[in-house]
Amino acid sequence: MKRKTISWRAVSLWTGGSLVALAVCVGIFAPYLTPSDPLLINLDIRLSPPSLHYPLGTDQMGRCVLSRLIMGTRTSLFYSMLALGAALSISVPLGLLAGFAGGRTDRFIMRTIDMLLAFPSLILSIAITGLLGPSLANLLLAFVLVWWAGYARIVRGIVMQIKEKDFIMAARSSGGSPTQIVLRHILPNAARPMLVLASLEIGTIMLSISGLSFLGLGSQPPTPEWGVMLNDSRPYMQTIPRLMLYPGLAIMTVTIGFNLLGEGLRKRDRIET
Amino acid sequence: MLKFVLRRLLHTVPVLFGISILSFGLLSIAPGDPAEILLRSGGIQPSEEEIVAVRAEMGLDKPIYVQYGLWLWRLLHLDLGISYSSGRPVISELLDRFPATIALAASAVTILLIIALPLGVASAKYPGSWIDIFGRILTLISASMPGFWIGLLFIYYGAVRLKLFPVTGMDGFSSVWLPALTLGFGMCGTYIRLIRAGMLEALRQSYVRSVRARGIKESVIVGSHALRNAFLPVLTLFGVQCGHLLGGSVVVETIFAWPGIGKYAIDAIFMKDYIVIQGYVLLMALIVVAVNFLVDIGYTLLDPRIRLGKSL
Repeated sequence: MKRKTISWRAVSLWTGGSLVALAVCVGIFAPYLTPSDPLLINLDIRLSPPSLHYPLGTDQMGRCVLSRLIMGTRTSLFYSMLALGAALSISVPLGLLAGFAGGRTDRFIMRTIDMLLAFPSLILSIAITGLLGPSLANLLLAFVLVWWAGYARIVRGIVMQIKEKDFIMAARSSGGSPTQIVLRHILPNAARPMLVLASLEIGTIMLSISGLSFLGLGSQPPTPEWGVMLNDSRPYMQTIPRLMLYPGLAIMTVTIGFNLLGEGLRKRDRIET
Repeated sequence: MLKFVLRRLLHTVPVLFGISILSFGLLSIAPGDPAEILLRSGGIQPSEEEIVAVRAEMGLDKPIYVQYGLWLWRLLHLDLGISYSSGRPVISELLDRFPATIALAASAVTILLIIALPLGVASAKYPGSWIDIFGRILTLISASMPGFWIGLLFIYYGAVRLKLFPVTGMDGFSSVWLPALTLGFGMCGTYIRLIRAGMLEALRQSYVRSVRARGIKESVIVGSHALRNAFLPVLTLFGVQCGHLLGGSVVVETIFAWPGIGKYAIDAIFMKDYIVIQGYVLLMALIVVAVNFLVDIGYTLLDPRIRLGKSL
């Protein structure tokens, strides 16, 4: 008798998908969802417990914690996607070029990538941000400069697999130019695995951005950002632990969402990493 | 074996070259003139002539490749420059803090293996059981929980509420466990998954069936025959993830005020001590290269097929 097993793929796809969809909705409609102004300072009511007006209480400046969490969703999602998008805009063309052209071009691009990958990525991002000066813009720049490399290598691998397929040979022999082959035949076939693998990265990128903001290298106060909120809560850890509980839970929930979704998609498409 | 080691050593040369180029170039993205920063760190407004003199002294007036050559020459003599803020050689500042970081990393790896090894093996032995499900959930949580939050939660529950550990700083032996647990927990997910996959694969092999047919105890089959083969990918992962370990230690050291090189680097960033940041990045990259070299050597010791290559 065969025992019915749970389909982990479906569970992760649906749970992850719903969590991500929820987070994206909260991010888009953030200004309409906040009960009060996330930046409004009111020192009379600082560190007050949850109430009807402030469902999760207020922080050390008397600002509404729930409103800051909601706006923080927008900050985290927006900047993670921005960083990923910018990194993709470098790595996809370079990966396509290296994988398709081969030869000297491929070697030159790959040597550059290897050089970057010799460094631990988080440490190199920290160093670049530190040298440019701590700010969110510099942090994002550092991320893009470091993260494109690993992804370009993956894109190159995908392209090289597709290049060997029969339909590329057919396109070549019927006189297609290299640009045409890359844009019309390789890119559409590579797009899906590329997007799936990119979705696996968003969770990691979000964790890293909020981590560096926590260290004071990224978003600066008073921006409502989860990492910054966690850092702000540290002095009150012993007296009001709930202040550090909420932002952490928020980061974890959204990251779990992205990780589950990426994992589910990867298994569905049977993409090996 | 010696030939293999030498060949592998030769492979690291271009990597080391790349690392040196990038580390050297890194300093040029910092805003401002290094000579002026050095002079200003003394607290006085430097004159134009003083800046020119220091620029010449630091070799900044020479062409870039000469500067690189000089820098590399000093590097080969273990000279990473002088810290702006403390006036001490960067190399001795880094080496002073090195043991603390190594102690943290080693304890973190120990904890990591204590969590991941039994869970990975048990999940593979009993797939679909409650322990497998527990392993999956732990993997997901460990990959999704921010390290700095785990750290804060451990401080709150472990040190503040239960008073099991000292809160921060380095105060004897027991103070390493809380930061190490934070670092190890954040990384254990990948290892659980990898050990599970490796064990599943190994338990399906025909040599396992043959030892089982010989009536060898199941615990010996799992613990010795299969585990040894499942351990190979774990070793590779350790090489790949050693950078993550060092990166994660930056955050953990900062939260726990652990006096290691990660915390030192963050402090240097806020003091605009650029030369320290450069030295730090360089040292970390060299450690990663060294660890991967050792991993490859260890790999051949565990699996002679790689060492012997095609001759087998």
